[in-house]
Amino acid sequence: MSDATLPAGRAVKLKLDRDGAIKRAFMAVIALYLIVALALPLYAMLSKSFVTYSFDLARYEFQVSDEAGNFGPPQTAAAINAELGVFDADDLRSSSDGRLAATAFFPDFSFRSPVKYRIRGTGPDAPYLVGLDLQNTTEWKEFDGNTFRRINLRPVKSVGVQNYSEYFSNPALFSSIQNSVFIAVISTVLTVVAAFGFAYSLNRSLMRFKGFFKLVAMMPILVPSLLPGIALIYLFGNQGMLKSLMMGHSIYGPIGIVIGSVFFTFPHALIIISTALSIADQRQYEAAESLRASRWRTFWTVTIPGARYGLISAAFVTFTLVITDFGLPKVIGGQYNVLAIDIYKQVIGQQNFEMGAVVSVVLLIPAVLAFIVDRQVQKKQVSLLSARSVPFQPKPNKTFEALCLMWCGVMAVFILGLILVCQFAALVQFWPYDLSLSLKNYDFNRTDGGGWDAYTNSIQLALMTAVFGTLIVFTGAYMVEKIDGFKTGRGMFQFLAMLPMAVPGMVLGLAYIFFFNDPANPLNAIYGTMTILVVSTVTHFYTVGHLTALTALKQIDAEFEPVASSLRQPFYRLFARVTVPVCLPAILDISIYLFVNAMTTVSAVVFLYSTHTTLASVAVLNMDDAGDIAPAAAMGMMIFYTNAGARLLHMLASRRILRRTQSWRGR
Amino acid sequence: MPNNADAYLEIKDLWKAFGVFLALKDINLVIGKGEFVCFLGPSGCGKTTLLRAVAGLDPQTRGQIHQGGQDISNLPTSKRDYGIVFQSYALFPNLTVARNIAFGLENTGRPKQEIKTRVADLLALVGLPEQAEKYPAQLSGGQQQRIALARAIAIDPGLLLLDEPLSALDAKVRVHLRHEIKELQRKLGVTTIMVTHDQEEALSMADRIVVMNHGTVEQVGTPTEIYRQPATLFVADFIGETNKVATTYSGGRVTLGSVSLSTEMKGVAEGASVTVAVRPEDVVPHLSTEAGEGAANLLPAQLVDMEFLGSFWRCRLQSDILGGQELIANFSINAVRRLDLKPGLDMAVELPAERVLVFAEGA
Repeated sequence: MSDATLPAGRAVKLKLDRDGAIKRAFMAVIALYLIVALALPLYAMLSKSFVTYSFDLARYEFQVSDEAGNFGPPQTAAAINAELGVFDADDLRSSSDGRLAATAFFPDFSFRSPVKYRIRGTGPDAPYLVGLDLQNTTEWKEFDGNTFRRINLRPVKSVGVQNYSEYFSNPALFSSIQNSVFIAVISTVLTVVAAFGFAYSLNRSLMRFKGFFKLVAMMPILVPSLLPGIALIYLFGNQGMLKSLMMGHSIYGPIGIVIGSVFFTFPHALIIISTALSIADQRQYEAAESLRASRWRTFWTVTIPGARYGLISAAFVTFTLVITDFGLPKVIGGQYNVLAIDIYKQVIGQQNFEMGAVVSVVLLIPAVLAFIVDRQVQKKQVSLLSARSVPFQPKPNKTFEALCLMWCGVMAVFILGLILVCQFAALVQFWPYDLSLSLKNYDFNRTDGGGWDAYTNSIQLALMTAVFGTLIVFTGAYMVEKIDGFKTGRGMFQFLAMLPMAVPGMVLGLAYIFFFNDPANPLNAIYGTMTILVVSTVTHFYTVGHLTALTALKQIDAEFEPVASSLRQPFYRLFARVTVPVCLPAILDISIYLFVNAMTTVSAVVFLYSTHTTLASVAVLNMDDAGDIAPAAAMGMMIFYTNAGARLLHMLASRRILRRTQSWRGR
Repeated sequence: MPNNADAYLEIKDLWKAFGVFLALKDINLVIGKGEFVCFLGPSGCGKTTLLRAVAGLDPQTRGQIHQGGQDISNLPTSKRDYGIVFQSYALFPNLTVARNIAFGLENTGRPKQEIKTRVADLLALVGLPEQAEKYPAQLSGGQQQRIALARAIAIDPGLLLLDEPLSALDAKVRVHLRHEIKELQRKLGVTTIMVTHDQEEALSMADRIVVMNHGTVEQVGTPTEIYRQPATLFVADFIGETNKVATTYSGGRVTLGSVSLSTEMKGVAEGASVTVAVRPEDVVPHLSTEAGEGAANLLPAQLVDMEFLGSFWRCRLQSDILGGQELIANFSINAVRRLDLKPGLDMAVELPAERVLVFAEGA
């Protein structure tokens, strides 16, 4: 039988039952969500970056009459321009909104003169406006002078790498790449070192106050990334109380960005490194000790190699966070340009959407690279985790503990310090002249930026993101993990679910403009509404939730579905009765993660909010921009209180729900 | 084979391919109503794959499956009629024992009271009437397995599938549960397929055993048939223990060195290369003085060492006739005492003709 071959024929396919049909429908819906909310906008942005608009003068022909009304010979606009030299090549480059007055080709033009004008296209695509009326025809049209002055040529679209060559030949824009990488590398090194020391103290020493330090270390997650910028301005800015410490250097620029970046990326790096350090194997250390290796040698030959995947992963995550961050350089970057700022300036400042798309693509490259490396490393980390090992037990050592306490103390002072400075600044009358306390900075309705509405909008956004996001993310993860068959579809889905991690918020926001603001898009109606903010935020933070859900689902016995099915029970009954209750801790984690991030995010939504959907985090940015730094600090602190409250509530709720529904855990 | 009239499950020309790898090759099998059948084989032999095909969890690539006269080849799991118990038990951790058992009964229009009675009956049936309100994590492995069994039979399935149900348990519990499961199956009369890699389990529980290897069925038969008359060398080797010697066959005899043994094997071609197989317990000890010239199937051998295993002695013997190859023999305590067997002793062993198995090459 060893040379048996499969008889010809078709593979047996099971009939689709109702269960299978519902599952597929569910997956299709969520896949459709990811396609519409992620793949298509990114595609729109990518294609936009290759689009250029320019006036093609060869496409238009003019005829001018004399005063008696006798028309002369037709002449192309290109020919006229060549003769008169009105426009050079640069002038003819344009954007999608560009307009070129037809009268420019006729220096003698006067709308009072009886001279008449004719215009026609020489080919099929020669758009021009008569007032607001778009014409595109090869027929001659005749106009009197008074109408002719309202004629504007429209640019035509062409596809090519012109935007890119323009970008890379612009030294100001190009230097942003260097700046971004420089900032990101310095911040990454500092953050990883700081977080490693902190994580090492937490996991490998008998230092006291571990709980307190853990709590403080997580605080930066609760505030927008631009908040440390505001605190730094108060400390070291032009009117800062510690300005003398800067020794003539300016906080506005790379120094400020780096310090702020260390602040807001610290908890992210800490979580990763702490996980890596917590899986140490006691036996390796015992072996090292029995071989009489010095502590120093043990550190470099056992500790560091054991934590290397965590360190690499933390470095890439930090790098990505810094290079894609927008809030901090906006607040404290001064004249120092980075990529994320360039996107903002191109889009909001110059309305040059195509160039914004080009910078986005450039910013996408390091983010995607970092993402790929991180995923590879994470896979290896998992295999380390599954190894059986004896947990490490730290031994008492007074000097070492004092050292750890010092390290953690310095970081805690740094983090708490910046938050307290913000709090203080928010509460004083008028920095630095009148330091008496007042709540006037919290009267947001008196400053521009959206007022208290911005705050309630943020709450609404955060709640909706938490509810709908958790629903979508968890159901999607369930379909990926627990559906049988349909392998290709699941693979694609998984790819889409991982993609948001690699897409910077600014890029996603801009992609949304291109996709949803297109009048031809039937979904255009959600542009400028709360819905688009929710969709963008859910999508922006999709991946972490997805991974959390997957991890929880993977721990559930894979045989539950077959058993339920053999008991002739529909999968959704199993889902509701077993899967969701068992995964409740993970579900709660996903929802609080989405809530907190929806409160603090700036990058994606800064392009998408409208006057009636301003957000607290964006208000911080705008108030700071307008010079109202104290109210900005106050609003930032509002976000902090809210997130801290939500965290606390989440903790209490989790505990309650766990006690009630998870009594089966443990014996 | 059972009488075709009461065939319940029929597997016809069944193939399963994973990419280019053929996990099951042309399986044909008939299982009678109420039978307890074990799929037995080493890991990777395809036994679980076959079970999953029957359950519709991993449908076969080619071939048909009929259950109770109905073609179920391409029915989805939910439309088939079986209960299943996995090695992991797959009990729902957040539901009580009673809720677990009731899972397949609820949502079917049965009145609450009826469900309650049924659950109580089932708990009594598996011998755990007091555990209804406990959570699975509060039960021992054996108890969990019985709950999983109760949940599977709650819906009165026509077919009970057991996927290595005992292998996660420790030895003592396993032996105890073997009897219980067998007893329960007999009481309910439900047709049962159990997948196992443990031959002892299969021999003690099954009405018939399907021995599988490399995706094919090696032999189907009752436990005694499988043990006493293995159809292939693989079966002889996999079930129990066997001494194997390669030699040739001629005129109803096989030759081992200068000794020629008579066998009762039929259907082996003259001059064919064959393997002779003898089970250790079938080797009969003799003192070399006893071994007369004319005695049949006798080999001179030296007793190398002896290992006391409680109910018998396990002995290693060496014979010049077998070259360097050792012969393993299980001698009864009585025989050892009677013949005063000791390591180093020159003795003779008899390989009884009716116990000598001869397998043609490649069989």
